[in-house]
Amino acid sequence: MGSDMHDSTSGGPSGGGGGAPRGAGAGPPPEHRSATTLRVNGKPHTLLVDHRRVLLDVLREDLDLTGSKKGCDHGQCGACTVLVDGRRMNSCLLLAVSLDGSEITTIEGLAGDGEELHPLQRAFLDRDAFQCGYCTPGQICSAAGAMSEAAAGHPSHVTDPALPSGRPVPLDRAEIRERLSGNLCRCGAYPRIVEAVRDAAGQDAAGRTEGVIR
Amino acid sequence: MRSFGYVRATSVEEAARAFAARPGARYLGGGTNLVDLMKLGVERPDVLVDVSRLPLDRVEELPDGSLRVGATVRNSDLAAHPLVRDRYPALSQALLAGASGQLRNAATTGGNLLQRTRCPYFQDLSKPCNKREPGTGCGAREGVHRDHAVLGWSEQCIATHPSDMAVALAALDARVELYGDEGGREVPAAEFHRLPGDHPERDTVIRPGELITGVVLPTATGRVPSAYRKARDRASYAFALASVAAVLRVSDGAVAQAGLAFGGLAHRPWRAARAEEALVGGPATAQAFERAVDAELAAARPLRDNAYKVPLARALAVDVLTRLARAGAA
Ligand SMILES: Cc1cc2nc3c(=O)[nH]c(=O)nc-3n(C[C@H](O)[C@H](O)[C@H](O)COP(=O)(O)OP(=O)(O)OC[C@H]3O[C@@H](n4cnc5c(N)ncnc54)[C@H](O)[C@@H]3O)c2cc1C
Ligand code: SF4
Ligand code: FES
Ligand code: FES
Repeated sequence: MGSDMHDSTSGGPSGGGGGAPRGAGAGPPPEHRSATTLRVNGKPHTLLVDHRRVLLDVLREDLDLTGSKKGCDHGQCGACTVLVDGRRMNSCLLLAVSLDGSEITTIEGLAGDGEELHPLQRAFLDRDAFQCGYCTPGQICSAAGAMSEAAAGHPSHVTDPALPSGRPVPLDRAEIRERLSGNLCRCGAYPRIVEAVRDAAGQDAAGRTEGVIR
Repeated sequence: MRSFGYVRATSVEEAARAFAARPGARYLGGGTNLVDLMKLGVERPDVLVDVSRLPLDRVEELPDGSLRVGATVRNSDLAAHPLVRDRYPALSQALLAGASGQLRNAATTGGNLLQRTRCPYFQDLSKPCNKREPGTGCGAREGVHRDHAVLGWSEQCIATHPSDMAVALAALDARVELYGDEGGREVPAAEFHRLPGDHPERDTVIRPGELITGVVLPTATGRVPSAYRKARDRASYAFALASVAAVLRVSDGAVAQAGLAFGGLAHRPWRAARAEEALVGGPATAQAFERAVDAELAAARPLRDNAYKVPLARALAVDVLTRLARAGAA
């Protein structure tokens, strides 16, 4: 998006003249900013956001969380993937104002507070699953979302339709490739990304390496 | 991007009122198409009426056994729903063949139906486009149109509708529920999208300010074998070049019930009525399927660079019908 976005205020507490998003009807011209509360990596932030601002820009520019990357800005590359209320989404296409009250997890918060890396971060390092690293935060957040989806029994395009509904879907290579197809890697690190996700998915299931893998 | 107001609606009535109050209003679902088009300058709303948190987020079985899908059910949840997977597999498969895991988590049923064409001229303000700006001409007609329509196009517009989900809904005889000034109404999914004719700026029969509240999947196609197959330029995360949704019930070697719709071929999901007519009552054999599909595709008028779509669509349809017949017989 253009530089016309920079007038948007951030960091201010709620109140401050922000238009309340509720209450329709003819009246004065609509406000262009609203007080919006986002819980990001466990911490609440109330911002007066310009309605035009997407989550990705708020994270990077207002909250200084530059782990999420802007690749295409149009939902086509996955570099901006974060978890919204636990579900992976493209933060470049989410208007921040529409997320009021949501819980956002970015690559910075994926592992929680401690020193330990998230199993996916560890696996990406161990497998050397990146080259330039630009796509990596999005790949990892997307893989985290994909693992929860598979555990919850969500099928994918390559899942055998005969698999009974509601059962966890084992993440083999074909499943991982399909489920991560929304994340492009210009460096072509795909084979190692798949291996890293296999490692992490396997460990996640039961602390064993080959837990969910077939 | 131009500044705009934002209203979060908490009820269907409130949403419709908020929309009516401002001429330049747009409903906001998951935003995966609308926000994209706002960034491109194709959409320039004065106010967004956010309907994504309306209490329309459930899939429920109605007393008559049909399934009602709320307009704000996310594409990923709809695809994963046990009753959808079991009774309307073509719908689940169509959803999973579209977009990416991230996009499907955000995209809503209502927004998916109303997503705009991916024609590159439509998305580029520097190019002529009758759909975006009536009367400016069609850049694609003599330009890049490999992805465009082979059926039902007009001199005004040759765009295709990009939704995979809508193709399955058309084949499954689903109905779209709408709410507007005059209360609620229902439109068959196969008649919800329009052919371009002289008004390519209108994608559907929806009236200004009308809200999609849900989609109903009828009992008549529930539990009948169905499937969706899509051909695209890469194995995943690409729009359809051509696709097919089919519903087929075979009894004693003969076709007892058939629903067939094509995607990627026209300005709307192309319900293949002629093929269905040829199928029903006939033998469930590959030869009969070929003849029926040919009867439908005889109406195709390919453009300079997209004649490949006709044999592609034919092969997809015959393959899906043959597989359904085999599965039904087994
Ligand atoms: C990179 C990329 C790849 C994609 N690939 C595919 C693909 O392969 N197959 C496919 O089918 N789709 C694909 N899509 C499109 C995607 O499916 C749509 O963007 C999505 O379904 C739109 O849903 P939404 O809720 O986000 O709609 P929004 O963007 O919120 O809205 C879309 C339109 O619907 C209107 N609207 C929303 N809800 C309602 C309602 N309840 N009543 C009335 N009007 C409403 C809005 O005003 C807007 O005009 C892709 C998108 C992207 C960005
Ligand atoms: S095909 Fe339709 S959408 Fe594309 S440029 Fe022509 S008029 Fe516009
Ligand atoms: S930056 Fe969001 S998908 Fe590319
Ligand atoms: S590591 Fe460079 S883009 Fe993926």
